Amino acid sequence: MTEQLRATEQLRAYVNARLLDPSSGLDETGTVLIDGNKIIDTGPHLFPNGPPANVQVIDCKGYCLAPGLIDMRVHLPEPGGEHKESFETASAAAAAGGVTSMICLPDTDPAIDNVAVIEFIARRARETNIVKIYAYGAITRGLEGKELTEFGILSEAGALAFTDATKAISDTLVMRRVLSYASTFDLLIVQHPEEPKLARNGQMTEGEMSTRLGLAGIPAVAEVIMLERDFRLVELTGARYHAAHVTTAAAIDAIRAAKARGLPVTCDTAPQYFTLTDAATAEYRTFAKVSPPLRCEEDRLAVIEGLRDGTIDVIASDHRPQDQDSKRLPFVQAEPGIVGLETLLPLTLALHRDADISLLDLIRRLTSAPGELLRMKEGRLAPGLPADMVIFDPDHDWTIDAAALKSRSKNTPFDQMPVQGKAMCTIVGGRHVHSLMG
Amino acid sequence: MNILGMEGVPKEEIETLLDLSESYIEQNRQDNKKSSILRGRTLINVFFENSTRTRTSFELAGKRLGADVINMSVSDSAIKKGETLIDTAMTLNAMHPDVLTVRHGASGAVQLLSEKVTCSVLNAGDGSHEHPTQALLDALTIRRRRQSLKGLTVAICGDILHSRVARSNIYLLNTMGAHVRLVAPKTLLPAAIEKLGVEVHHNMLDGIRDADIIMMLRLQTERMQGSYVPSTREYFRFFGLDREKLAVAKPDALIMHPGPMNRGIEIDSELADDIHRSVIHEQVEMGVAVRMACLDLVTRSLSRNTDRDPA
Repeated sequence: MTEQLRATEQLRAYVNARLLDPSSGLDETGTVLIDGNKIIDTGPHLFPNGPPANVQVIDCKGYCLAPGLIDMRVHLPEPGGEHKESFETASAAAAAGGVTSMICLPDTDPAIDNVAVIEFIARRARETNIVKIYAYGAITRGLEGKELTEFGILSEAGALAFTDATKAISDTLVMRRVLSYASTFDLLIVQHPEEPKLARNGQMTEGEMSTRLGLAGIPAVAEVIMLERDFRLVELTGARYHAAHVTTAAAIDAIRAAKARGLPVTCDTAPQYFTLTDAATAEYRTFAKVSPPLRCEEDRLAVIEGLRDGTIDVIASDHRPQDQDSKRLPFVQAEPGIVGLETLLPLTLALHRDADISLLDLIRRLTSAPGELLRMKEGRLAPGLPADMVIFDPDHDWTIDAAALKSRSKNTPFDQMPVQGKAMCTIVGGRHVHSLMG
Repeated sequence: MNILGMEGVPKEEIETLLDLSESYIEQNRQDNKKSSILRGRTLINVFFENSTRTRTSFELAGKRLGADVINMSVSDSAIKKGETLIDTAMTLNAMHPDVLTVRHGASGAVQLLSEKVTCSVLNAGDGSHEHPTQALLDALTIRRRRQSLKGLTVAICGDILHSRVARSNIYLLNTMGAHVRLVAPKTLLPAAIEKLGVEVHHNMLDGIRDADIIMMLRLQTERMQGSYVPSTREYFRFFGLDREKLAVAKPDALIMHPGPMNRGIEIDSELADDIHRSVIHEQVEMGVAVRMACLDLVTRSLSRNTDRDPA
């Protein structure tokens, strides 16, 4: 038995890499040594005289080596929407984008609101076996905002946190009980912060563009209204609360203030909200239809500021595949969503160049920050942890090509956009699941 | 060539259309109203939303120019059967029409359809977006009464929020150098509307004071009872046009309405029938002429394309 284990052990050194490990603050050239699927050691001083002969050496050519990205907001519409994305296509997209763990939202059909569906997800993830796939549990049965799901049992079965995906828990009494009950088990509740009645029928953010297009608008305050209510309930219950995809200046201010008051609240945003504005919906471009909607320029700048000062903890892709038939429709009928797994890294790295945020700070939002929030072991480069890593070239120039995306759906407003930064090699448990390093 | 909206359409093009429309007003008043410039052409009126008036106006316009005109009502049931807008567009396109006039309840739907067909498309109203032929016929009506649109003060009153007529008129009137004022309660005004270059008023007397033209918009029945305004009675009191309010406008101010009117809700019934002030029926007449001009213009560009085509 011991002999067999030894035989499968494989020592491999990734040398000549710019090591980026946000949780330890490491940003230095050095080496990562892995043994099979685990990290053995990392650091600038590993093998000063070169690695020994029994170690396979991979030259990282000076590229960055970071923990594999954790994308905490992915719509993987299987079961129910396999024509839009399957476990295989989503995993291929994740691997190509440097994402080693994705956490899937529960708005599948059927919803992830019971153990059977969680187990289905776990089985499909095992079968697919490309990147790691985790799941959220639904907060309420059928995402109907009424009856709580079995938080405790679902959590034991593997649900990392709870959310109703793109539906806000709008009933205040239900939300109070959700937060109270979740805090009993110290579970994280992820809210879609949008006051649904105020946003009813809304197709895009309210403003000059919605007026010109003649589309019903969602006022920006729909976001902060929901957050401010929730913060009172967080104060009342002590629950851990995470606001998904925040997009507005007012919401970010409210979160900043809540954090200053010591409330256990966190939030994320998605690249589209610091890259695009509602101007992208001109000519009724349905690929720019997302929920929450793209906002105005002031809000976009506030999102960047929120990332710079640490108010926004996490960047997640909010990957939401939609097939042609869901997008080639009049704007009001088109489904919201952008595929984001493959563009998460380059769009985030643009902030290093354009907004002067350090690489380590940006990588933190994609790795250790979501990892810690969801209490995962992934997201760090440390001995004994899974060898989930991404080697990326932050300077690699390329052009996003929708047709070349690995995702089954190609709904991106970033088609033909020139970007910098690309995952050159994605490593999951020591396996190279994507490599451009030759 | 398509006519999808008035946003961004240059002054010269609007003037060309209005000048061309003038010639058709005369034609429409003859015993023989028919010419043959569109002979052999096929016009399909595709209405995803019911409208007897606009459809009839386009139908007459096409027939008076000698085109073969087909009316198609795409009922909800066809859509429920699963045919998408693009499927419908492709199907129609395969029948080789020369012009499609399209009305659709969703903003942007006509543009989407136009991207999938090879013929000309005229927007006969899309959602709350644009209704360009209505703005043109309004402009023609005004121009015939006041010679020019330049420098006129035009007050557009009522449900601006949902109105494609208001948006098309704002764009056209601004391009032509008129001053546009909007009058509505805040619940019926879209966000940031002032950025379209209009003066916004919530008090009707301020809004129509010294105005040359007062355009009343229709308030849909389902929006009257408590959702956007509390009641028809309250709406008429503050935003309905009656003689008392009209007195603050210029003495010869014209009253317009795109129809169909809600008498006693947005406009006093007698006032609507006052031939000295109301040009509502003239608007309907101008509608046919303007649509003839639009059909004429867009098919001219079709002929040119055919001439150029070596095949």
